[in-house]
Amino acid sequence: MILRHGAFSFLPDLTDDEIAAQVRYALLNGWPVSVEYTDDPHPRNVYWEIWGLPMFDLHQPDGVLAEINACRAAFPDHYVRVLAYDASLHRQTVALSFLVQRPPHEPGFQLDRAERGGRVQQYSVRAYAAQAPAGERYRSDAGEP
Amino acid sequence: MSNDYCANGGAASGVAAGGLAAQDRWDPGVHSYASMGYYDADYQPKDTDVLAVFRVTPQAGVDPIEAAAAVAGESSTATWTVVWTDRLTANTHYQAKCYQVVPAPGRQNEYLAYVAYDLDLFEEGSIANLTSSIIGNVFGFKPLAALRLEDMRIPVSYVKTFQGPAHGIVTEREILGKYGRPLLGATIKPKLGLSARNYGRVVYEACRGGLDFTKDDENINSQPFMRWRDRFLYCMEGVNRAVAETGELKGHYLNITAATVEDMYERAAFAKELGSVIIMVDLTIGYSAMQSIARWARANGMLLHLHRAGHSTYTRQKTHGVSFRVIAKWCRLIGVDHLHAGTVVGKLEGDPATTRGFYDTLRLDHVPVNPANGIYFTQDWASMPGVMPVASGGIHAGQMHQLIDLLGEDVILQFGGGTIGHPLGIAAGAEANRVALEVMIKARNEGRDFLAEGPSILREAARRNRPLDVALATWGDVTFDYLSTDAPDAIPTPTA
Repeated sequence: MILRHGAFSFLPDLTDDEIAAQVRYALLNGWPVSVEYTDDPHPRNVYWEIWGLPMFDLHQPDGVLAEINACRAAFPDHYVRVLAYDASLHRQTVALSFLVQRPPHEPGFQLDRAERGGRVQQYSVRAYAAQAPAGERYRSDAGEP
Repeated sequence: MSNDYCANGGAASGVAAGGLAAQDRWDPGVHSYASMGYYDADYQPKDTDVLAVFRVTPQAGVDPIEAAAAVAGESSTATWTVVWTDRLTANTHYQAKCYQVVPAPGRQNEYLAYVAYDLDLFEEGSIANLTSSIIGNVFGFKPLAALRLEDMRIPVSYVKTFQGPAHGIVTEREILGKYGRPLLGATIKPKLGLSARNYGRVVYEACRGGLDFTKDDENINSQPFMRWRDRFLYCMEGVNRAVAETGELKGHYLNITAATVEDMYERAAFAKELGSVIIMVDLTIGYSAMQSIARWARANGMLLHLHRAGHSTYTRQKTHGVSFRVIAKWCRLIGVDHLHAGTVVGKLEGDPATTRGFYDTLRLDHVPVNPANGIYFTQDWASMPGVMPVASGGIHAGQMHQLIDLLGEDVILQFGGGTIGHPLGIAAGAEANRVALEVMIKARNEGRDFLAEGPSILREAARRNRPLDVALATWGDVTFDYLSTDAPDAIPTPTA
């Protein structure tokens, strides 16, 4: 499967030039950019790991791109996303979020069903990869989980 | 203190229209409304007053000022004749005051009457009470040929007595984890007749193809061909299958509209039990029922979608009824998270400037007076969260650049026919819309002139995406170009 996460998940993976253009858009709006990574892509996993701190004082895409590359190098098989944050009054939330790296192989999610009376089903999803311990998921050298 | 209220005839001092002298105010019989204090050109509206502007069309021979004063009178304390029991009250305090009457620019025999109401006239946090006053009796008043409530200024002191949106735009985005682009939806078609099993199939295909939401139509409640409980079960099967296939959260607006509020609570509770993120009601359930469901939605962590079923019966005609900008204001106070507010380019009524005014009313915290967009009063929302506007009805992927230019980013674009009618199937229709959306947002962020380049941006994306290619070939040049019935007058900025 292809994880549909972030604003551009139906487009081909962004090139570094395209990533820089989106970062420039965020910085022009005054939105600090941050980088996050995870190996647990559950849609309700809100808190991906933050790479360092939000880059409040970086004003050029080059510096941000260097951090993105450092994160990708440290976690080559993780999902990595870029977030732009709008701190203005009445927003104070993420303004833009998009993936800049996905694992080479995405096994997808299992839909679990707990069957109950009256034909009610309680649904939950689990990433197949997340059945391995954190840090051992999606490893290109680990084979299929 | 008594000087502030002037219970004994002080009101007559401000009357400008020809009327009785002050000492005659309490003579039994019929007096002009203006002379009874319902018109006062010197009145300075207070920050705490509820303000309204009406488009008044007097019957032949009726003086415009008297007609406007009658509107103020009949929407507040007045009846047709003097009653001595007014003298048991601080009556001028409770009288609405028409403080300005201007001819509607470019219109024959239409006048804009500005009326101020003291906050004491209204029950805290009750749209039913507010509307019973402002649009209660007065719209049937014989001396008026027609009457339209154009806009209202709800003072912050009254705004703060309402719950407001169960969650609002920012929290909805955080719940869904979706940022930086409009959301996508589709209404399941055909509106009527599908069995629950077939209906859930459309939900599944549309959501797995790339939509964020699917939607019950307004008249899908619990009919013989599909009972509500079955619909809820099959829709949630479709939603959850799509979540598992895509790894992103999805929702189906489960319409809980029913004959009684008790029925609606039962359906809402079942939607929650099944894990839905959102429920839906129709405007036809009434203001108090909407307030009850909005309270339930906040208490239970469920988004609340409102379909404005029936509104065009009173919002569409320029001379009579209630402008949708007023309905939008009431709905934000009531507390819905989504409200249909027009598409401009689609199949339903929507002048661009007027529609922009609706969107501003729903989304901004401070809405400045803007006659060009039909906004008559500055409205402050005091941090009450915004309502996500929904654009639905006759829109398709080929219009994506126009939709983003006109409607912005905090909006739900709903392509019903434009998803389900796709020649390659429903999932392909959904994918076409999602690809068109993402490629246009990407181009906008890159600083491209996406409005001018829109068609070429779409064609370029369609070269590597067959569903979009087919969508453009099918609907690329479909437009709905008709004269609007509800465009703003170019009016001067009011003094208040």
